Amino acid sequence: MPVYTLKINGKQFKADVVADTPLLWVLRDHLGLVGTKFGCGIAQCGACTVHLNGVAVKSCVLPVSSIKAAAITTIEGLSEKGDHPLQLAWDEIDVPQCGYCQAGQIMTAAALLKRKPHPGEEEIDSAMHGNICRCGAYHRIREAVKLASTKI
Amino acid sequence: MSNSNTTSRRDFLKLTSLTGGGLLLGFSWFSAEAETPVIIHNLPLGATKGFNSYLSISTDGIVTIFSPNPELGQNIMTSFPMIVAEELDADWTKVKVVQAPLDTKSFDRQLTGGSGAVPHSWKRLRTAGATARNMLIQAAAKQWEVAAEECTANNGFVIHAKSGRQLGFGELADQAATMPVPKEVKLKDRKDFKLIGTGVKNVANKDIVTGKGLFGMDVYRKGMLFAMIQRPDAFGTKIKSVDSAAAKAMPGIVDVVVFKNNVAVVGKSTWEVSKARKLLKIEYEKDGATESTADHTNIFTTLLDGGTPVVRRKNGDVEAAFKTAAKIIKSEYHGPFLSHAPMEPMNFFADVRPDGVELIGPTQTPGSARTATSKLLGIPEDKITLEITRLGGGFGRRLKFDYVVEAAELSGIIKAPVKLIWSREDDMMGGSYRPAVQYRFEAALDSSGNLVGYKCRGAGINAGNPVREDNFPSGAVEHLLIDTVEHKSPITTGAWRAPITNFLAFAEQAFLDEVANAAGKDPVQFRLDLLDKARKSPVGAIKYNIDRMENVIKMAAEKSGWGKKAGISQGFSVYFSHSSYVAQVCEVMMQAGKPVVKKIYAVSDCGQVINLSGARQQVMGGIVDGFGHAMYGKVTFKNGAAEQKNFNTYRLIRMKEIPQIETYFVDNGIDPTGLGEPALPPTGGAVANAIFKATGKRLKNQPFIDEEVFTTTP
Repeated sequence: MPVYTLKINGKQFKADVVADTPLLWVLRDHLGLVGTKFGCGIAQCGACTVHLNGVAVKSCVLPVSSIKAAAITTIEGLSEKGDHPLQLAWDEIDVPQCGYCQAGQIMTAAALLKRKPHPGEEEIDSAMHGNICRCGAYHRIREAVKLASTKI
Repeated sequence: MSNSNTTSRRDFLKLTSLTGGGLLLGFSWFSAEAETPVIIHNLPLGATKGFNSYLSISTDGIVTIFSPNPELGQNIMTSFPMIVAEELDADWTKVKVVQAPLDTKSFDRQLTGGSGAVPHSWKRLRTAGATARNMLIQAAAKQWEVAAEECTANNGFVIHAKSGRQLGFGELADQAATMPVPKEVKLKDRKDFKLIGTGVKNVANKDIVTGKGLFGMDVYRKGMLFAMIQRPDAFGTKIKSVDSAAAKAMPGIVDVVVFKNNVAVVGKSTWEVSKARKLLKIEYEKDGATESTADHTNIFTTLLDGGTPVVRRKNGDVEAAFKTAAKIIKSEYHGPFLSHAPMEPMNFFADVRPDGVELIGPTQTPGSARTATSKLLGIPEDKITLEITRLGGGFGRRLKFDYVVEAAELSGIIKAPVKLIWSREDDMMGGSYRPAVQYRFEAALDSSGNLVGYKCRGAGINAGNPVREDNFPSGAVEHLLIDTVEHKSPITTGAWRAPITNFLAFAEQAFLDEVANAAGKDPVQFRLDLLDKARKSPVGAIKYNIDRMENVIKMAAEKSGWGKKAGISQGFSVYFSHSSYVAQVCEVMMQAGKPVVKKIYAVSDCGQVINLSGARQQVMGGIVDGFGHAMYGKVTFKNGAAEQKNFNTYRLIRMKEIPQIETYFVDNGIDPTGLGEPALPPTGGAVANAIFKATGKRLKNQPFIDEEVFTTTP
């Protein structure tokens, strides 16, 4: 099997996996980065969202062989101390219920705020459309994104 | 405050011995027969029945509380400890919550379901906290040589106001452990509550937002193998032959094992296993009925017309009432199968070794899962440990422990530690569904528009009893008949958040709206009149409390400005479930000729609210859940196989589709009743009734999105 060198959260990792392995499973099964979640496997729920060169992507359909030198950020690397404005806002607004989808929600929101630091409600809704929260915590997710946008 | 989600038995013992220097109080967190707490000095877990659910205070002032119930988003890991900390007068920032493993000797009702945990444990938890507070006060009084009555506790300190002295709980912990355990303690007056009723943040927030491995899916062990199981695509079929040669030849594959109706592919990584399973060549043969949704439609008609019903409730002379009625209203409502679809797919870790079995993962029913594993493997329960991880949602799916037993059986066969993972497709096609149901209602009105006769026949596919016969409007109708018919199908069904009432409430509340409309009465006043009748001249026994239901109805009408808004169509609904009462008003506006649900008001009476932040989450989440599934949810079948296999065809509600929600709670000081489910049932009815008001079209089938109001272009 080929060995892939990946730049994740500012560090270099090596993974010895088959070429079509989705990044999600490289992160989880091979590199011990379990914050990125498996929800559907077909890019429909957003639980697996990570950043590729700062852009939100669904890692469950991203083959490791396609990544090459691109910089990957996962929830574990979003901030050093867990104090990204979104992470703080998620606690402040008390967003999580079961919590399973939240890493993906935060990563999608982080990419949005990077691109558009002060989005309107429709822009938030539209950016977050690919992330399902089965507990229905959408009101608070939206509120937390708004709060974080005032702190950036 | 901090949170550590799971702890192995070894860690647990280490932790208890660490606190050996302080006060370790065993109390009857759950056990009904045990009433008095005792002090325990480093007793191993499970040594004294009834007295070993732990609250400990270490000499550094940290209060550790073990949370026994599985956490799936209902926020039990925060609300349980809040109750203890309230009566203890602890400093919440020094409270540490630890998920306890399965321990049937220490805990009873160590499960999540039925919105029952807080009502069950309310008094026990308060007594535990108050007992520890009493002992800390005794210890301080002794040290200061003053009367205990002169001392008070506040925010982690015992205070002697007269002399201005104070000591921290940590400083007192050692001595408190030598004080006599009070037989009776005085619980706080609710006006003195400082924590209970306030909004306290989820103790796991920090771990969740930083991506810590809290869930079953996150369990990785050295030497662990990965497995997925190919189950029959269609219900009513079984394996005829298996050719696994191609799958076995794939890289990373360790074995392919056939057991029962399962073909398990075992390998070294999830991806390799999921690729290899696609190469399995399995032939299936018929083993029962392979039903399609079209068959179910016919089955419902046959059952409702000519089935042999089970009578659930009968009052008066129904036939006579309908014969003499001034007006009769008839209607049918249909609810489809639904998938539970928790975000974390099913999974479990199992390691079956000669010396015992280790199980780790997400389950709502750890006790039953272990018992079933024990029976299957022939290994006594005391040789099986079960560690409860955080659950990435449940909604009833994880009340079933099929995936736990599968993992254990597989580990026993391959003699290796294994994590069994279900794909989303596996969960949607082969798991468990909300039963499909159909209701036929008939109402008889007298010449004044009074409801004098009422019939409801509930038909279900593997639904058990699909009615709640002693619920409203029973008790308020002189002549009433509620009966049920059932079809047994190979399609597996199970409890789905707010079992039965998740659809029944919609059907009943929408039908009552039809009746009110036919009687020419305001839907709110119509319900209040029925409640008045149930109070003044009750017909038979009822399970709901008339005053509490009446109160939420009136409050919801007031908060929503019922009937007073121009340009907005309002719909009303109220429901009693899990001992709580929720009334909702939905507001609809027409946009581009289509009804748009703008806002839902909810008034909940769940007795004393524990955590206002968590309570709002349950109500808002319940409404989003109820609205989303009423609008979009369905699983249909073709020749025994589910036609919706993943989120591309099984539609779940997304952010841009949610209405505004306003939540209110009744402050009545009644002991807490359930809240994880009761906000969901009323939503479908409120929405359908508002859409009727706006369009004149009555929605009778779910999902609403398939109904004419939404499918036709204006």
